[in-house]
Formats: sequence, structure tokens, C-alpha cells
Amino acid sequence: MRKSSRRWRAIATAALAVLLAVFALALVACGDDAEGEGSEDSGVPAAETANTIVGAGASFPYPLYSAWGSEYNDLNGVKLNYQSIGSGGGISAISAKTVDFGGSDAPLEPSELQAAGLMQWPQCVGGVVLVVNLDGVENNQLKLTAELVAKIYNGDISNWNDPALAAENDGVKLPDTKINVVHRSDSSGTTWIFTNYLAAAAGDVWTLGGDKEIAWPTGVGGKGNEGVAASVQQLKGSIGYVEYAYAKETGLVSTQLKNADGEWVEPSLETFGQAAAQADWAGADEFYLVLVDQPGPTTWPITGASFIMVQREQADVGRAQAMLQFFDWAFREGAGTAEGLDYVPIPANVYELIQSKWSENLMSGGSPVWPL
Amino acid sequence: MSTLDIDVRPQAGPPRGAAKAAPRGHRRFGDPVFRVVALVCGLSVAIAMFTLAGVLIYNSWTAISELGLSFLTTVAWSPNGGSYGALAALAGTAMTTVVAMVIAVPLALVIALLLTELVPPRVARVIGTGIEMLAAIPSIIFGMWGLFVLVPFMQERVAPLVMDSWLGELPLLRPGPMFQGGGFSILTAGLVLAVMVLPFITAFSRDVLLMVPRVTKEAGYGMGSTTWEVLHKISLRYALSGIVGATFIGLGRALGETMAVAYLVGGSFLSVPQSLFDPGTTIASLIALQFNEATTKLDISALIYMGLILFAITMVFQVLAQIWLRRARRTTGGRA
Repeated sequence: MRKSSRRWRAIATAALAVLLAVFALALVACGDDAEGEGSEDSGVPAAETANTIVGAGASFPYPLYSAWGSEYNDLNGVKLNYQSIGSGGGISAISAKTVDFGGSDAPLEPSELQAAGLMQWPQCVGGVVLVVNLDGVENNQLKLTAELVAKIYNGDISNWNDPALAAENDGVKLPDTKINVVHRSDSSGTTWIFTNYLAAAAGDVWTLGGDKEIAWPTGVGGKGNEGVAASVQQLKGSIGYVEYAYAKETGLVSTQLKNADGEWVEPSLETFGQAAAQADWAGADEFYLVLVDQPGPTTWPITGASFIMVQREQADVGRAQAMLQFFDWAFREGAGTAEGLDYVPIPANVYELIQSKWSENLMSGGSPVWPL
Repeated sequence: MSTLDIDVRPQAGPPRGAAKAAPRGHRRFGDPVFRVVALVCGLSVAIAMFTLAGVLIYNSWTAISELGLSFLTTVAWSPNGGSYGALAALAGTAMTTVVAMVIAVPLALVIALLLTELVPPRVARVIGTGIEMLAAIPSIIFGMWGLFVLVPFMQERVAPLVMDSWLGELPLLRPGPMFQGGGFSILTAGLVLAVMVLPFITAFSRDVLLMVPRVTKEAGYGMGSTTWEVLHKISLRYALSGIVGATFIGLGRALGETMAVAYLVGGSFLSVPQSLFDPGTTIASLIALQFNEATTKLDISALIYMGLILFAITMVFQVLAQIWLRRARRTTGGRA
């Protein structure tokens, strides 16, 4: 008995050592893989060719892309598999060529695109709105300027009865309550759009820049649009920022904003659409455009485009064309679906520009992939 | 966890006589095959552990070499502002866990004693099933319950009550610089964690209390002890190591809970909470909240570094628990 237990111990040790060695090898091999991936061909699983388009990225456009996907599948039998893993994940995935396209709420700068061999285009536009919970204040009644919003979010204004707020809001009864500032606790494209607006429209007050996550000097963080919406809805005296669809669907009270032309505007698909229409896409290198604080008398100032990113060099012409056909259909026929889900479709003239960039930039073995 | 397993070494293997009685074929193939299968299964646990640790270290190497140990002493997590620190998250993890354990452990013990000693078995079964069902609720449900019910309750009822009384002057209850009404706070997250770990601690404590030999308890009653004396001098002492084990199971869960905490703790990554009513963050929830959009290599690596720290903390607690239990076993004598 004793002898055999010693033998067992020896066998167990040996087995453990072998397994560890295998594991160590696997680790090293994985490491090599990750670095060598850039030079390999498309890593898209071979099983999912041609009749499935694989994408990953931003969660903001997910409802729209999945609606488009199911409509397109009904029409053409081509499936769209879009995983909403976040913009960062989408950029990593398309850089590593594990998907056909990536989605991001923040555009990449032209130099970053060049480095990764990618091109990008805007696919849809959405708006971010400010929502409040104040007794007696009705939807789109409260008026805020970029400067006021910036001061609330950096803690300079901390009570609703602040004279600066009252000055813009004649006839609105503002209570003597502490302002409950709510921001996102997860890093997100919504925060990126919102803080870029503050930086662009109130740069002298807002010094924290525009990014997906911010070193917030005040306030509490809610997880996701749903977390921010829920806390604003439940806690009196709150202010938060959410995507328009969340505000609309949860019946939250949104505010007016003063836009770049100095006009008061209410959030709606029309005012968001003005931002997309006024934007100078033709003058933007690689479509790198931050859509906040755009000119125009009826333009909503906090809008953002959601971008699609693809590899410039396409390994498989068939897959590339199947994907572009889907986006072509979405641009031409998908506007109704987009508006139904509170997204602003890309104007037709911008799509023409996008198509010309497709034929200019997307290559497979030296010849252009688009037009078919 | 291993506090609950029974030391099987003396009984390992069949008695000598039994082997002879078994059919030859079984002895030749059945036992060795089962041994190998069991060994592989057993080793795979160890391999999974080593692999996990290896992957964490490998992927966090960029951050470890760049930030070193100062990661642990830097307060703020703010990659945008160029600050990579784990201290705020570490402090938040400690605070939420302590709140949860301070509430859950005594409550779980009282419930376990109630179930085993004080109520008739039929009633105990009903209450026991209810508690076990509590353990089966997914954490996202607790998160939503916290978000829709507990957060407004804490902000509108509890926080004002505390702030207006002398309690609001005490350290840890006095509102800190990041105070935002107390709804999203360390305390709210800790309360939900307490509810989440309660069923685990209760169920395991009940099981070890049930293992207290009846004769020992009866002997106590026979000597004229009151119920209370039997409870704390015999049952609790006998079951102590198991109860500590149960506590560590709860502790492990509280340390690593992610989703519910992410919704409730307030996601404030910049400072160590000065008060239980301040918002904060924990290691697990910070990783969950930041991982989605982390793009640069250092960002991702630093988040994995945080995961490695959490992994190390839970390991240390397990080891400490083992040491403590071994000593407790020796001093109380036998498998107590």
C-alpha cells in the first residue's frame, strides 16, 4: 500500500509536470500567434462564408444593425451577426481581422486608420439628451447652455436654485435642492460624444476633455444608459445624459439646449438630422468628424455618428462584396427602419461620397472591390 | 471550501479483504482505469488554476513592468488622465466586503441555529428551501432589485435619517467629499452583497450544525444545561471550523461579485471612499465597467493586473483560512 502510494505520487508529479510544460508551450504559441496575426489572412471562420456577415463593436447602433440584419436576411438570405461588445472591442476585432467589420461610436483618427490598414465611414447618427427629475418641470421645459451643463458636471453649480440656472429659465420654478449629477460608470461612446460636446461648446469651463471615460470631479456613475436612466427616474433632483431612445422610451424629462447658432432647440430626429446634414463630410479626412456643436439654427448640439470600420485590403472578394451589398442596401432602403428606432439615416449625398471612398480604398489583390 | 471535506486518508482504498473478494477483471482494469480518470479530473483543477494564474501574469506583464507595485499605492483609476491606480478599488472592495460580512455572518448563524435547534424539522425544511432558493437567484437580479428598490430607499429614507441624527457625525457615516445622496454607495452595495452571501453561509452553517452528534447535545441537556448553553458551548464550538469555512465561502463570493455591485456602487474611481454613504468602486466591478472600451495595450494590461490582484487576494484568504482551520482543529480536538 505504502509503496504504491509513493509510486502514485511519482506518477502524479510527472503528469503535472507534463501538463504544465504543455500549458507553457501553448502560452508561448498563443503569444506568437497574437503578434503574427497581422500578417495572416482573414481569420474569419471558414464555416461562415458568404451568407453570414460578421461584425462586432459599439452597442449604441446594435438595435438598428440587428433590425437591418433580420430584414436583409428575409430579403436575400444573408445573415448579419453583429456582436455588441463595445467600440474598443470592435476596433480590436477588426484590427485582428477576426470579423468582417467593426463598429465604433468614436471615429479613429486618419493616422490610426493608416497604421491599422483600415477605412471607416459613418453608418447612422444619433443624439444624446440631458434628462432631469424635478417636480413641476415638464418635458423640454428646462433650458440649458453648454456652459451651464459643464458647470453642473464639474461641480461649479451644485444647487438647482443657482442664479445662473434661473437666469436662463424665467417662469420655471427651480427647487432649493442639491443637484444629483449622474454620469456613466462604464466607459462608453455616449460619454465620448457628451464630453466632446462640452469641450467644443464650453471649452473654457470644461477642462477635462472629451473621452470615453472621464475623471469626473462630482456625481455618481450609473452602469449603461439603463443605469443612468433608472437613477434619474428614481432620484429627485437628478440630471443625467442618455441616448435619445432611452429618454423617449422611459418617459424621462429632457431639456432644451442652446446650439452653436445661439438658438434654443428641442431634441428630436429632425434636430439630430440637421447636424448630419450640416456636417462637412466632404472636407473631413477619412470621415473623421466629431458631430457635436454643428452650425444651423435648428441643429441639436449633442449628436454623434456611429462608424463602420473595415480592412482596406480584403482577402476574399466574395465576402467583401456581400458585406458592401448589405451596407448599400442599408443606406438605400434602411432609412425607415432607422427612423422607427430613433436613429437618423445618413443623407443620400453623404452616401455617394462613401461609395466613392469604397471604390477608391477597398482592394482585393490590387483591384477594387466596389462597385460590383 | 476544503473545511467541509472529510479527511478521507485513513479510509482510502478498499479494505484488504474486499479486494480479494472482488472479481478478478475488476481488480485488473476497473480500479486502475478509475484511478487514472480520477487523477486526470483532479489534476485538471490544478491545471486550470495554474493556467489562469499564468494567463493573468502573461497578459498583465506590460502593466506590471511599467507600473510595478506603485499600482497598488496609486489611488485613482483614470487612464484618460494618465493615472493607473488600484487603491481606490482595493479600498472599495474591502469596505463593501466588510459591510456584507458584518451583516451576513451573525444573521446567517442565527438562522442556522434556528433551523437546526429551535424549530420543528418540518418548519426548518420550508425555511431552508426558501434560503436555498435565494442562493439560486442570478446576481443581475440582485443588481436590478438594488437599482430599482434599494437605491431610492437608501437615498430618500436611510441617508437623510442618518445625516440628520448624531449618527451622521461619526466617521464612516459622515458624508465625504464625493457624497451624492447616499443611494449609490458602498453601503448599498454592501447590503446587497450581504443578501447575496447570506444563503451560502446559512446553508453551510446549517449543514455543519446538523453534524453535531446528538448524544453530545443530549449529554449537555442531561447535565442540566439550558438551550442557550447547549447552543453556544456545544453546538457552536463543535461546528466552529465548519462555520469559519462557510464564512470564507461567503467572503470569496463577496470579494468577487461583479454585476450587482457594478450597478450599485456608484462607479467613482478617483478616491478612497471616506464614508459608507460615498460612491466608490470595487476591483471586480471596475474591470467589468472599463474592459469593454479599453483599447490601448496598457489599459487592457492594467485591468488584467487588477484581476491578478483580486486572484491573489482570494488565494491569500483561502490559505489563511486553511491555516486557521488546521489550528482550530488541533486545539478543539478531533474533527470539530
